[in-house]
Amino acid sequence: MASVTFKNIVKKYNENLILDNVSLEIKDHEFVVVVGPSGCGKTTLLRLLAGLEEITSGDIEIDNIRVNDLPPSKREIAMVFQDYALYPHMTVRENMSFALKLRRFSREEIDKRVNEAAAILQLENLLDRMPRQLSGGQRQRVAIGRAIVRKPKVFLFDEPLSNLDAKLREEMRVEIAKLYQKLNSTIVYVTHDQVEAMTLAGRIVVMNKGIVQQNGTPLDVYRKPQNSFVAGFIGSPTMNFMDGKIVSEKDFFYFQNKDVKIFIPSFVFPEAQDYAGREVTLGVRPDDIILDSAKMDHANKLSATVEVIELLGHRENIYLRLGEQRILAVGEAFGELSPNARAEFSLNYKNLHIFDALTKKRINP
Amino acid sequence: MKVNRKLIKQILLHSGLIIAAIICVYPLSRIFTVSIRPGDRIVSTDLALIPDGATFISYLKLLKETYFLRWLFNSLVITVSTSFIGVSLASTAAYAFSRFEFFGKRSAMIMLLATQMIPAGMLILPLFLMIMKLNLMNTYLGMIIAYSVSSLPFSIWILKGYYDTIPKSLEEAAMVDGTGHIGAFWRVILPLSTPALSIAFLFNFTAAWNEYLVARVVLFSSKQYTWTLGLFELQGQFITQWGMFAAGSMLVTIPVLAVFLYSSKWLVSGLTLGSVKG
Repeated sequence: MASVTFKNIVKKYNENLILDNVSLEIKDHEFVVVVGPSGCGKTTLLRLLAGLEEITSGDIEIDNIRVNDLPPSKREIAMVFQDYALYPHMTVRENMSFALKLRRFSREEIDKRVNEAAAILQLENLLDRMPRQLSGGQRQRVAIGRAIVRKPKVFLFDEPLSNLDAKLREEMRVEIAKLYQKLNSTIVYVTHDQVEAMTLAGRIVVMNKGIVQQNGTPLDVYRKPQNSFVAGFIGSPTMNFMDGKIVSEKDFFYFQNKDVKIFIPSFVFPEAQDYAGREVTLGVRPDDIILDSAKMDHANKLSATVEVIELLGHRENIYLRLGEQRILAVGEAFGELSPNARAEFSLNYKNLHIFDALTKKRINP
Repeated sequence: MKVNRKLIKQILLHSGLIIAAIICVYPLSRIFTVSIRPGDRIVSTDLALIPDGATFISYLKLLKETYFLRWLFNSLVITVSTSFIGVSLASTAAYAFSRFEFFGKRSAMIMLLATQMIPAGMLILPLFLMIMKLNLMNTYLGMIIAYSVSSLPFSIWILKGYYDTIPKSLEEAAMVDGTGHIGAFWRVILPLSTPALSIAFLFNFTAAWNEYLVARVVLFSSKQYTWTLGLFELQGQFITQWGMFAAGSMLVTIPVLAVFLYSSKWLVSGLTLGSVKG
């Protein structure tokens, strides 16, 4: 097992800047998920680490050894591809033993490792099948099996679950989490699915436009997003954003635009004074909108019209409208609200996110 | 109504196919008949498939009195070598065209295609000059070089088109697993390309096997002849040995037939199914 370091990585295709000075440290045994929208450079980052693309400038180190000029075969990494990339002319067993044969392992050692991996991934009965005879989930497991027999320094996963249907994806997600507990190896996992990122990661790296936006534990990234991109990308349903100004009235501070006026307690934003009169963006997660009158802050409650209610089974999405501002809240299924009714709510102040409207950076602690 | 329509469609389809089959097989059947006719009835107008007094005398005469076996052997050596060399060159060249970016790639592909539009006859003179300068007149090697390069463009196009359909991630997986570029090509791309490789092989084989013009120019001693030249030798100025001619024509179809039958099992496509999400 090993650590991985990216130092000031720049990657250009012709004149297109794909990665802009990315630096990242991944510790031994760490499960790091790189997440971001498509085209953000996350897959390129992984392919650079695998040696499948050339770096324009910067250094990549595995176990403190610079690997820039090593071909993929010498980097001691294993990769699980988005489309599985199983060798179609080989059986499952041959697929899994291919890398070991190339490294001239003994017959017994190969059998031992393949059988071990097959047992972990429940592939024992499929070893003599061809890839075309397997279902999507089984192919995925073979692809993972092909990686784990190698006992590589680092595992790379490139959107491994994106070709599976929703139910299978959930199952495989749990399988991968279990696998990590068992192998306890260094894993770099790329996905565009923030749910996978939140559930699997020891650490999340959020990327956009070739730049690392935030790098932290899942809870960190969720609770304290460092900019409005991260805030909007992580969390489901997505965060509500409102543009407006910080105004002060009689020693109290408020967020105000033409539709709403929201009380901002001083513990939420101690530096409010410095921002008085300036443009900010206020972010509130749907879970932090309190509709229950027993828990509401009645002194500062707001009132809105219910637009639409989406029933999800155990919960419902409630779309509220205040003037031109639409706000999404979540509530228990079959609540008291119905479309066109008036709803009163207040905000869970301790989870308010305030961003500078210009720099998009977080300005409250 | 529906069943009737299906039936009519089947009948039309099959009658078309049967007519095509007759057109293909009829000349062959005539050659066969002529080859087993006794010498005095060669030019009779009898249409029976097996003529009265059928005999294999023409075959025996052909094998005994001419260099026919030698000609077959010459053809076989030249054709098999040509096919192997042509396919090996094409398979690697096509890989470069399919996977790498390099200066002049597009124009090179178009030029390859353009060479196919030049009639073979036009190339006779340059080929003759080249082979003469290389001192390879009347040799196997001269023939092999001339043949294997002339089918290269076609083979490259076929193979490039096929490689393009093989996902790149398969090679990348092989390289991460421990092969280099060449290893990935050898262990993953080639085994998956058998359908296209066999088409290229068959094309090279039949083209070289049936070639006459270039052979006529390059080979000049009777012992070095390929069967196409040899058969022609049976056609004299005053008398043509039609019986032996027909017997020879029957015999030379055997190797091509064998190669076709054998390679048909490799022509089954769809081997890439199941490698990646489909």
